Amino acid sequence: MQLVKGLFKIPAFLLGLFLFAATLALAFLGPLVFHVDVSTRVGDPYMAPSAAHWLGTDHLGVDMLSMLVMGLRASLYVGFLAGVVATIVGTLIGVYGGYKGGLLDDILTVLTNLFLVIPTLIVLILLSSSMDKGRSLTLIALIIGGTTWTWSARAVRAQSSSLRARDHVALARINGFSTLEIVLEQILPYLLSYIFMVFILQTATAILTEATISMLGLGPYDSISLGKILNDAKTNEALIGGKWWAFMPAMVLVTVIAFSLYVINTAMEGVFNPRLRK
Amino acid sequence: MLRKNPTLRHILGRAAWYFVTFLVAVTVNFFLPRLGDANPIDAILAKTNAGDSAGAREKEEAYLRQFGLAEVDAQGKVIRTADGKPVRTGLGKQFVSYLGLTLQGDLGTSFLQFPKPVSEIIKDALPWTLCLQLPTIIFGWLVGNLLGALAAYKRGVFDRIIYPLALLVSAVPAFCVGILMVYYFGIKLEWFPAVGGYDAGTTPALSSDFLSSAAYYYVMPFLSIFMIVVGGQSIGMRSMVIYELGTDYVKYAKLLGIKENKILLYTFRNAMLPQLTGLALALGAMVGGALITEIIFSYPGLGMAILTAIQGNDYPVITGCTLLITVCVLVANFSVDILVGLLDPRIRAAQAAESN
Repeated sequence: MQLVKGLFKIPAFLLGLFLFAATLALAFLGPLVFHVDVSTRVGDPYMAPSAAHWLGTDHLGVDMLSMLVMGLRASLYVGFLAGVVATIVGTLIGVYGGYKGGLLDDILTVLTNLFLVIPTLIVLILLSSSMDKGRSLTLIALIIGGTTWTWSARAVRAQSSSLRARDHVALARINGFSTLEIVLEQILPYLLSYIFMVFILQTATAILTEATISMLGLGPYDSISLGKILNDAKTNEALIGGKWWAFMPAMVLVTVIAFSLYVINTAMEGVFNPRLRK
Repeated sequence: MLRKNPTLRHILGRAAWYFVTFLVAVTVNFFLPRLGDANPIDAILAKTNAGDSAGAREKEEAYLRQFGLAEVDAQGKVIRTADGKPVRTGLGKQFVSYLGLTLQGDLGTSFLQFPKPVSEIIKDALPWTLCLQLPTIIFGWLVGNLLGALAAYKRGVFDRIIYPLALLVSAVPAFCVGILMVYYFGIKLEWFPAVGGYDAGTTPALSSDFLSSAAYYYVMPFLSIFMIVVGGQSIGMRSMVIYELGTDYVKYAKLLGIKENKILLYTFRNAMLPQLTGLALALGAMVGGALITEIIFSYPGLGMAILTAIQGNDYPVITGCTLLITVCVLVANFSVDILVGLLDPRIRAAQAAESN
């Protein structure tokens, strides 16, 4: 608790938290302030920002601010879902492997290392390019989560195998606690802050990854996303035409989300990792 | 012999492991695109079913034979069922022939630019990617490490300026830097050409006209990647040096009264090892590392080749590029494993202990 209190005294952490909260507010409270509609063309293509349309229109004449809010929601959804999947899978495999060891651990380690070396983006490109109608936002999130867990598995495994050697774990073992009890009571509590940091990083990575594959033309077919807005702006020559409102806000949002999450993570690392604490 | 030579045994072991990884990558490369609802077979058949004329028929035959998609008889003609549909080859058989061709270095033929071989398309694009990335990564790595070491050692003002800047740059997605540069320096200020790799009036050749225009187009993509490399490297180096400066051997050396410069030399040498690994890995990731940056600048490298292929469902080109990228990453990882084993006395010792 002392540590968490200390966290709220770090300016960088507060900045990150504030920025992230601001994007959340735009995504979920924005529609209460202004009208969000992404299915009607409200004007000509690429109309400049005006009082009626604060961020102008896109290449089809749809209100850009509405597109942005819906795209932001989609990107946050992808980040959250992929982050949850990657963290849960990674933690399960990591904790099991690190604490239990044995043959299954060896197999899992080989598997993890195998997919750590083969670039995630490649697997994503190959999988996504084989989907056409089926490439939904949820599927993209699941694919991202299903390919990025390797990294968290390795990180968590290293942590839990070092915990394994601690006295309190040995004591619990001698006293006949079951493996599940030991993992839940003696291992996981020590890993919680670490797992949370892993989750934050996985979320940030997932949001950036979604933007990347959408810009490669492999975005979701059933939804707007920040990456898809950027892809549309690039393919419909908004960038070359200098229509800043078509790409700048989406770009700023992606950057702000990723930046705020990184800053939160770095600040937490400084507090929870005693070796970095001065 | 292997028992006596732990280093050689280590190298062979790693080589075997990476070969298995390569086989997995090839398998993934073949099966993943065929999993979904838009697989390459349908893409190619849809393309050939466009017309019923003799020409279209002939083209279809050529496609089916070329990609090994249909059974052929002894004369090399495609076997057809009663209603004229070609008899499809099973996926397993296709995979075996794909594996054989890939191991021989044959990546197949492009769907879009038929009958241009995939290797030719890669050969056209790869030099652009390499020329853009190789100098950028090496130069950026050097500058980044220098700045990082400086920030860690001097702390104070240096650290308060360099570190947050580096943190900002490395947290900003690569494509954002590219987009900003295209918009401000390309479109608004018109300092540099916004997109492309060379002047439309010139053709790629070793002429001064072409080289000077290529150099002019080079500046912005170079800077956008350079900044990110410097940011990432300096953060890594900074934390490594800070860690090393706090270790017992440094405290001990200080107590012994060893000169500060000498201690710094020790710490930097130790801090460099992970950074060297980072350099090798960055070089391996080079081929696939800046796909998006290339796309933003419409730079004629591998990124644009993949984008064009994805937009046109050109599966042989997509899988050819992805395989190339994967192989580069594998080779880099393999080199790092070997290099670290040779350079790091701790790992050397561990290898020797293993063999006893």
